[in-house]
Amino acid sequence: MTADVVAAVALAHRREWTRVYAATARLTRDLDLAEECAQEAYEQALQTWPTTGIPDRPGAWLTTIARNRALDVLRRESVFRRAMPLLVTSESMPGPGDIDDDRLRLVFTCCHPALSPDAQVALTLRLVCGLSTAEVARAFLVQEATMAARITRAKKKIAAARIPYRVPSPDQLGERVGAVLAVVHLIFTTGHTAPIGARLVRTDLVDSAIGLARMLHLLMPTEAEITALLALLLLIDARADTRVAEDGRLLLLSEQDRSRWDGGQITEGVGLLTDALRRRSPSRYAVEAAIAAVHAEASTWEDTDWPQIVALYDVLLRLWPSPVVQLNRAVAVGLRDGPQAGLDLLAPLLDDPALATYGYLSAARADFLRRLCRWPQAVAAYEEALTLTDNDVERGFLTERLTEARGHGHPGQQ
Amino acid sequence: MAKYMILIYGDAQRWGAMSQQEENELHEAHRAFRATAGSRVLGGDELAPAPTATSLRTDGATGKLVTTDGPFLETKEALGGYYLVEAGDLDEVIALAGRLYEVSAGHSGVEIRPLVDHG
Repeated sequence: MTADVVAAVALAHRREWTRVYAATARLTRDLDLAEECAQEAYEQALQTWPTTGIPDRPGAWLTTIARNRALDVLRRESVFRRAMPLLVTSESMPGPGDIDDDRLRLVFTCCHPALSPDAQVALTLRLVCGLSTAEVARAFLVQEATMAARITRAKKKIAAARIPYRVPSPDQLGERVGAVLAVVHLIFTTGHTAPIGARLVRTDLVDSAIGLARMLHLLMPTEAEITALLALLLLIDARADTRVAEDGRLLLLSEQDRSRWDGGQITEGVGLLTDALRRRSPSRYAVEAAIAAVHAEASTWEDTDWPQIVALYDVLLRLWPSPVVQLNRAVAVGLRDGPQAGLDLLAPLLDDPALATYGYLSAARADFLRRLCRWPQAVAAYEEALTLTDNDVERGFLTERLTEARGHGHPGQQ
Repeated sequence: MAKYMILIYGDAQRWGAMSQQEENELHEAHRAFRATAGSRVLGGDELAPAPTATSLRTDGATGKLVTTDGPFLETKEALGGYYLVEAGDLDEVIALAGRLYEVSAGHSGVEIRPLVDHG
């Protein structure tokens, strides 16, 4: 088996899994059988391609193999299979703009609001993005067996409740697109700063989220909310390579080497955002993308247009009133008007139960207290922030700041 | 096609405190719902209030039948009625059940349960 073939199969898995799996699932009308057949097609590729060569269209080759396997199984087991609840498909219901795409059917099924948000995320990563159950379990800090049970339960509900395998009708589409985007956004944020572990970023999750957003945008180019989410993810991910120093230290936005931000991705993100804003009044994601764009377009930290960012957070609060947005707005105000102003706005958030275990609130307070040289309080806030993250890179950063604050608090003990 | 039960839950006190006009509105809404749903509705009724319920269990220790006053589960939201419907898939039932008066009444809502098809 040549390295070329292994690489080609890996690439085909990354690029074509969704298409291969989704097309097979429509044929089998059984999510598990489709999974077996799609996996077998990739194994077959590893065996066959070294002698036959890599096909011109690997996705089409894999889909054909997977569907042929499925037909064999269905013929062999037809009596047994008839007793199982099957996916409800309909050939006659075209999607938005007459898009009738298996990948969209699959995404809308996995992100159906009748499934719990946890199940939606798990199914999307497992079935749409092709991650293994172990990988999905790691991303969400649960045991593999727990995640496997969650996925099995969700698949059973899809069959028993007859959650359809199709693109929703136009009157349901808006709400359902929103549910899909919430899943994509959650996958991205989980990957962007991993809640636990040695690495700051879980690249597989970030790439899965951006891949999903790209696919949705490709298939539904006129849905402005999708365009805006893709813009947001690209603009934030453009800074990915500069968030950690070579020695593994966390670098804040103010410390990052902006010349190394991905200019191509920023240009693409700003272009998409402009397009989204032309199509409809801004969605939550459009405003968040605009905030990311203001950062991306400031050539230095000092050049950041904080009044503009605060104004955008004001808009965001109206669209999406959440304590996390209030926290981010308070930080922006602190950077515009000084640390005391930021601290004053953080004060009322301390009692908010939704933020009770949200480490960034403690970290933001700690930073303002540090700037105000209120060392003992800063020490307490850093200590609190440290109890609320298990990410090694973030812990390293907070520990460094804590040591600095302690040094100031007890000059005699330095 | 598959069968689903639409279970209507709500605050029994609020239902009990409805004025005549509100009751008329509610009944009119259900007549309209049946007209829209047509042959997809296989059955459905309003249940008498929860305090009229009688529950039966067997006492684990004595093995005797125990009859008690009230619903099986004591909850704030009581089961007030149901529809048995037939539909192609869950989205169709969601679209249908979303029209029910109780879904938008604030204190009430519906639960959709697929029926097991034993063939």
